[in-house]
Amino acid sequence: MRVFAGLVLLGALAPLIVYPVFLMKVLCFALFASAFNLLIGYVGLLSFGHAMFFGFAAYVAGHLAKVGTVSLPYGLPFLGWKWLVIAIPPLTPELAILGGTLVAALLGLIVGAVAIRRQGIYFAMVTLALAQMVFFLCVQAKFTGGEDGIQAIPRRPLLGVVDVGNDLKFYYVVLAIFCAGFLIIYRTIHSPFGQVLKAIRENEARAISLGYAVSRFKLIAFVISAALAGLAGATKAMVFQLASLTDVTWQMSGEVVLMTLVGGMGTVFGPAVGAAIIIYMQNYLAGFGEWVLVIQGAIFVVAVLVFRRGIVGELLALLRQRGAKAEATQETIGLAKPAR
Amino acid sequence: MFELIGVPPQALFGQLLLGLINGAFYALLSLGLAVIFGLMNVINFTHGAQYMMGAFSAWMLLSYFGIPYWGALILAPIMVGLFGVLIERLFISRLYHLDHLYGLLLTFGLALIVEGLFRREYGISGLPYANPIPGGTNLGFMFLPWYRGWVVVFSLTVCLATWFVIEKTQLGAYLRAATERPDLVQAFGINVPRMITLTYGFGVGLAALAGVLAAPIYSVNPVMGANLIIVVFAVVVIGGMGSIMGSIITGFGLGVIEGLTKVFYPEASNTVIFIIMAVVLMLRPQGLFGTPK
Repeated sequence: MRVFAGLVLLGALAPLIVYPVFLMKVLCFALFASAFNLLIGYVGLLSFGHAMFFGFAAYVAGHLAKVGTVSLPYGLPFLGWKWLVIAIPPLTPELAILGGTLVAALLGLIVGAVAIRRQGIYFAMVTLALAQMVFFLCVQAKFTGGEDGIQAIPRRPLLGVVDVGNDLKFYYVVLAIFCAGFLIIYRTIHSPFGQVLKAIRENEARAISLGYAVSRFKLIAFVISAALAGLAGATKAMVFQLASLTDVTWQMSGEVVLMTLVGGMGTVFGPAVGAAIIIYMQNYLAGFGEWVLVIQGAIFVVAVLVFRRGIVGELLALLRQRGAKAEATQETIGLAKPAR
Repeated sequence: MFELIGVPPQALFGQLLLGLINGAFYALLSLGLAVIFGLMNVINFTHGAQYMMGAFSAWMLLSYFGIPYWGALILAPIMVGLFGVLIERLFISRLYHLDHLYGLLLTFGLALIVEGLFRREYGISGLPYANPIPGGTNLGFMFLPWYRGWVVVFSLTVCLATWFVIEKTQLGAYLRAATERPDLVQAFGINVPRMITLTYGFGVGLAALAGVLAAPIYSVNPVMGANLIIVVFAVVVIGGMGSIMGSIITGFGLGVIEGLTKVFYPEASNTVIFIIMAVVLMLRPQGLFGTPK
């Protein structure tokens, strides 16, 4: 907890040194990666389509902030779509972000109900395929604006009173959102619920035999992860005032996997560290065009072959070797080995 | 009858043929994935990139060496297969003792590298590749281009030949035995690691063959494999990775269904395979031809 408080202080002072928009991008992706890590590190489920929650929440938040009115389709395809129109004025940022998060949670419930039926490799493939389906839906749906995306999303005063047009002021809002999301993840991990999740990761059959409704636990974890990924996406839409197709592509899903892998799967702070590194690298190499893809692929390959525990994972292992605090030794790192 | 459906026969059968062709590619690619996964328990995400490499090899053989399509049909799968053997020996073989998901991540990284390098070199817009058998024949209810008919017939032949080798020959028996108990099979004196390497090379060669077949139809560009591989994953989930014949049937079947959807409800044509996947997962999680756990 002291580490966390120190990091929050660091975050509060960081804009003095680093460009606030870059920091906000890092925070959004750190939250996204931490939400993803909840599934892979603590439940053992590799969700290869997490970008669908990230990007779709961005679209929803952007739409709520810019237009407000929601038109829901209902009816059958062959009988013609009918529209249920809910007229809302364009919302303030916190309500738009909340709306995006709730929609992401709902999407997570639907996707999770389908995907939880398979494990391991199949789960990854199913989430990837479902994310691609969401991608094609986003390409075709009217409210997303297709290839253009939703542009010029307005940043109304927060809660109606506090002006956040200035990037520096909005940075502290984003920092608060990140802390809230991170605390939710932290409380989820360090709780009886989190212990059951770890039990499921280590030996699902034994957890079932002990009487736990394993599917329900996995689904709840999936929905929490999806909601927090949506929170990250909605916040990102408000930061950049843009929601586009790149946020729902499978390349984005791959990037969050890379961030978590590099930072350390199954560690608390690993994904945030990984996000910072990868975003910094992308920024630094932005002028090199296609080489960014090649370098990301190379980092993937190297990380999987020799660096599986990630940066934070290696650090914790080093501390453990030197007989560190009991807290560090109790974290199991990395993917569970299959029971043979 | 066609007036009742409201669709002219040319459109219906034209899309059906296109659906068969797409199905042929789905079948070839999911067959390669199933063969590789069956023996190595590794999901080869690089499959899409290797499909693209096959198409590019055909193009390069033509542009740099003047080797026409029929030579490329044999050479390209061998070249890309050798590349597959190389990455298996260097990278993938180091992960067999770990969780299968690491194999997926590794091949994903390799796919990014390959795609990035090709994009760097050739850009994203496509390169043209000449149709080796131009022209076609008018069958009355539709126009059948020779090349597309050739693609369907040839891929069906290759799929059935692969099925025959795996299910009915001694080599296939060794392969299936090594899938179930590699340690015992190795105790009998069969070189299992070499068989694994060659199997991976064969699966990669199948992907490259699909790429060569695709080159005259779709233009040769570095991103041709990326979106296709995800649809192939959905095909594999629907079919279940258990049986070879299952992959072939599912691949062709889903291609046809996608083609029909393009005729009757075009907006859903991109997503119909994923919707079917969701339905199959709800009703029969192990896939249509998979074995229940």
